[in-house]
Amino acid sequence: MKVQLVKLAHARSGDKGDTANIGLIALQEELYPILVREVTAERVKQHFKGICHGDVERFELPNLGALNFLLHESLGGGGTLSLMTDAQGKTFSTALLRMEIELTDQEAADLPG
Amino acid sequence: MKQKIRIAAGQGFWGDLPDAPVRQVEGGPIDYLMLDYLAEVTMSIMQKQKARDPNAGYAKDFVPLMRRILPACVDRGIKVTANAGGVNVRGCADAVIAVARELGLGGKVRIGIVTGDDIMSRLDELLERGIELRNMDTGAPLSTVRDRIQSANAYLGAWPMVDALKQGAQIVITGRATDTGLTLAPMIYEFGWSNNDWNHLAAGTIAGHIIECGAQASGGNCQYEWRSIPNLADVGFPIVEASPDGTFVVTKHERTGGWIIIPSIKEQLVYEMGDPHEYITPDCVADFTTIHLEYEGRDRVRVYGIEGRPATEFLKVSISYSAGFKAVGTLVYAWPDAYDKAQAADRILRARLDRLGLKFEQVLTEFVGVSATHGPLAGRPSADIPEVQLRVGVRGPDRNAIERFTKEIAPLILTGPPAVTGFAGGRPKVEEIVAYWPALIPKEEITPVVEVLET
Repeated sequence: MKVQLVKLAHARSGDKGDTANIGLIALQEELYPILVREVTAERVKQHFKGICHGDVERFELPNLGALNFLLHESLGGGGTLSLMTDAQGKTFSTALLRMEIELTDQEAADLPG
Repeated sequence: MKQKIRIAAGQGFWGDLPDAPVRQVEGGPIDYLMLDYLAEVTMSIMQKQKARDPNAGYAKDFVPLMRRILPACVDRGIKVTANAGGVNVRGCADAVIAVARELGLGGKVRIGIVTGDDIMSRLDELLERGIELRNMDTGAPLSTVRDRIQSANAYLGAWPMVDALKQGAQIVITGRATDTGLTLAPMIYEFGWSNNDWNHLAAGTIAGHIIECGAQASGGNCQYEWRSIPNLADVGFPIVEASPDGTFVVTKHERTGGWIIIPSIKEQLVYEMGDPHEYITPDCVADFTTIHLEYEGRDRVRVYGIEGRPATEFLKVSISYSAGFKAVGTLVYAWPDAYDKAQAADRILRARLDRLGLKFEQVLTEFVGVSATHGPLAGRPSADIPEVQLRVGVRGPDRNAIERFTKEIAPLILTGPPAVTGFAGGRPKVEEIVAYWPALIPKEEITPVVEVLET
């Protein structure tokens, strides 16, 4: 069944120039493998269609139960050049948490809360 | 050797809570106070201030802050590391020395200053010798913006600050030093770590990363269970309790708000992260995939297992250059059909800008309340949405065109769709854009200079 990422993870995002970074952190260690399986760079690129105009890179941090994404060409030029309300990409974190991923019934039943 | 030192973060950026450093000094035991004042384009603001007034060009707030805390720091032996010096480190130090004397503390405190980061006057010579200072993000050579450069500074690491501490400085003021170095330097100095002790240097660097954004590690901007975070009105800024073996505990003063929990630390660890295997600083390359966290009590998270690798042969350089002008105008449209009205107003505005023949590099329209933060991901708003803010920004090289744009916003109130308000602030301001140009320079080109001044 489809579940929104906000049920499995929390996140913080920021900027480096025109690149937004999103750190996605599993709410519980056991949920990290699901994030690794479902939240691929390709899916994130697709999710941010119309927002992220460059590549998406993904890095794994199993020690923190976290994934780090770099979304290139996403901040309207970045820094002071950007005209965006969110020129620093601070709200990309919750934008990612909107993503729906596919869980098995068992995985869905085991979710926290 | 001390077996434990407590390093407290007092400012996450220039403009953070003014009382936070005072509370760090007064709220409980600390050995060091670290204050990070410099964001990426702060140096250019300071450069402009210095051009107008040769005594300016540093974080001015630092001086009244020192007036408040210097007596307690001297009394209790608290040392301060701060990159408050901007482009006028000496001027900042002189102002602090004057404060020390006024407070009757002359002769009781030494001020260390670190300079050598400013390469503004050397740019042509460097470029002539083939050091291109290409933009790390775009690959473009610096020559493309040479005539518009406003400031150029290399990021110095922890070691010059360590020298200052060794020479007896109690207050260490730097120009463009890394945020992480402000935390790492006290550990190197107190624990006698060597310059190839990569695991320890990486640990101190990561400690610095955790506390360099102030309360963002202790409950501020914390998404995890945000409703449950206690008493953010009284948020305690983070403190690192460091040990000689490179392990450390992140904590905060007792009886303060916020929280130090593993999720809040994780959120700060991933903040502005690139490749977690290589967090590059002048002092080392830290590997974030080696970090381990565990609870050691309430509001205490222990961090251990950190590994690092040798530093690179380069220093990062932060260059700022003038990149045109921008302005942003806003209006608020109310129910009914708020979103439709805001969209109609945008079409009218753009038609008028076209008719005026104004040329911009970019015109960006956002609808606050609908899609300004999450764009198309937010979906279509309810037809009943109570209000929508229209926000239009323009950017371009021609100041006159931007100026003209600012005169087209208010007229929309009497010449556009109805139920509109929100223009109390007057015409939008035209802002000069100072953009950031990150580059690399071989380390041997930069010679940090350390001086220790008597008060």
